[in-house]
Amino acid sequence: MKSRTVRVDYLARVEGEGALLVKIKGEQVTDVQFKIFEPPRFFEAFLRGRKFYEAPDITARICGICPIAYQMSACHALEDACGIKITGPIRDLRRLIYCGEWIESHALHVYLLHAPDFLGYEDAIRMAKDHPDEVKRGLRLKKAGNEIVRLLGGREIHPINVRVGGFYKAPHKQDFSALAEELKWARDAALATVRWVASFAFPDFDRDYEFVALRHPDEYPFNEGRLVSNRGLDIAIRDYDQHFVEEHVAHSNALQSRLHERNSYFVGPLARYNLNFDKLSPMAQEAARSAGLGPVCRNPFQSIIVRSVEMVYACDEALRIIEHYEMPDPPAVKIEPRVGTGYGCTEAPRGICYHRYRIDDRGIILDCKIVPPTSQNQKTIEGDLRQFVQTRLALPKDKLQWQCEQAVRNYDPCISCATHFLKLQIESE
Amino acid sequence: MTAGQPGIVIIGVGNEYRSDDGAGIAVARRLRAIFPKGVTILEESGEGAALMQAWQGATCVMLVDAVRSGASPGTIHRLDARAAPMPAGFFHYSTHAFSVAEAVELARSLDQLPPHLIVYGIEGANFAAGIELSPAVEQAVEVMVERLAQKIQAAVDNFT
Repeated sequence: MKSRTVRVDYLARVEGEGALLVKIKGEQVTDVQFKIFEPPRFFEAFLRGRKFYEAPDITARICGICPIAYQMSACHALEDACGIKITGPIRDLRRLIYCGEWIESHALHVYLLHAPDFLGYEDAIRMAKDHPDEVKRGLRLKKAGNEIVRLLGGREIHPINVRVGGFYKAPHKQDFSALAEELKWARDAALATVRWVASFAFPDFDRDYEFVALRHPDEYPFNEGRLVSNRGLDIAIRDYDQHFVEEHVAHSNALQSRLHERNSYFVGPLARYNLNFDKLSPMAQEAARSAGLGPVCRNPFQSIIVRSVEMVYACDEALRIIEHYEMPDPPAVKIEPRVGTGYGCTEAPRGICYHRYRIDDRGIILDCKIVPPTSQNQKTIEGDLRQFVQTRLALPKDKLQWQCEQAVRNYDPCISCATHFLKLQIESE
Repeated sequence: MTAGQPGIVIIGVGNEYRSDDGAGIAVARRLRAIFPKGVTILEESGEGAALMQAWQGATCVMLVDAVRSGASPGTIHRLDARAAPMPAGFFHYSTHAFSVAEAVELARSLDQLPPHLIVYGIEGANFAAGIELSPAVEQAVEVMVERLAQKIQAAVDNFT
């Protein structure tokens, strides 16, 4: 029987180091392995024995693209352990800094990492020669997002101004004036992004996914809500461990997550959108509709449109928050540690990021658990490839390989996060 | 870059906690001790978009980063970014998808390269976790500081 291997030894345009192996026997895909060989990073182990207030700054180091997600999940979990709920302007500032992270992360992925796949370029550098205006727009959008993070976080990468209870220092209202002007440009640029990516050709592909995201009664989710799915999951964040399990598989240094009762699930922009379309701002909803999307989208290749719609929302929401901003004084709520366990889950650009901490009466961290979004999507990525390759066996090998890489990038995988590099290998036996 | 300064920008790139990868950062810090003001001296992690922003508007940019090309440790490579493309795989420690070589090439595609951009690569030996430079790299850093200090002084003298 004829056997083949499609092998990508180094999958570019993803964050971190990993590989992909697809085995084909005759006309059947027999195995798909999304391999993460970035070394494990042991963050959970070295948080033990640290003070509770150190967690946001330590966990921010897990990722250079989405440090805010780690800082926010850590803060919420530790505040939960101490019995504190943050409201008012400090809560608004947290949403605002999260808007900044979504804008910079989504702009990087849409323009520099994913768009070249759709337009047939090996990378953004070659794409920039033919599409300079689009690439310049993407870079300026990313910069606008970075600017929010810098203003609120003190610096763009691994911000230093976030603390359990709020911020070390809050900006004055007038500090936002230049940023607000740039964000008005960014919102228009995000709308133009939606129109641009909607014109791409998308492979006809969908699966019956279980989407999981936060849902909040009043807003599109960043920091708070219940964990819900399209198959009836509706739980408080503190019940996460009862419903989700992490498993070690031989081919990956990142633990793979699955739902106890069912199996793989899907987190990230597509999941948020499908479960929260009604909470998007009218402008973001309109942008989605004019791009041809309904309130539910099951084609992961179209996640590039959804990411762009989320950029519209994030700019819109940031402008709304800035308009109504009143400087909190003090900029943080004082927190007294107490014995307990706290749970936090927030929406990183790539999906839900779960943290759990147990602390003692002096605020020393005794135990913790951190589940990043990419480890939750690993099984779904493997499932997509299994189905995707099966229907495309007739494609020439180089084209098949290209499309497999593109399918992985639908998830904007952040492998550095998941282990706390990517190669593709398609093998026919 | 600040107005009222010569259009020269020094950028040290690297990670000071990865031994020889901190060579570029060490060069930037030592130069700042010699020129505490009047010259733009930046430290960068190597993230591409930030680099493109850092050299925006500058006339002459000198960027220093650690490299691993197979040459003997401490070797100083000099690459004129305007003259030729960056060699592939030269600056590859960053797991970021978009770092020094990509930033230079993307800027070239977008016609956003500064009029002069010289990239110095200091060949490293040890990129493991740690804060010490290897002896050969330490020596190269000193040579680099001396060389760049002369260029900066000449630019400052020319400007004033």
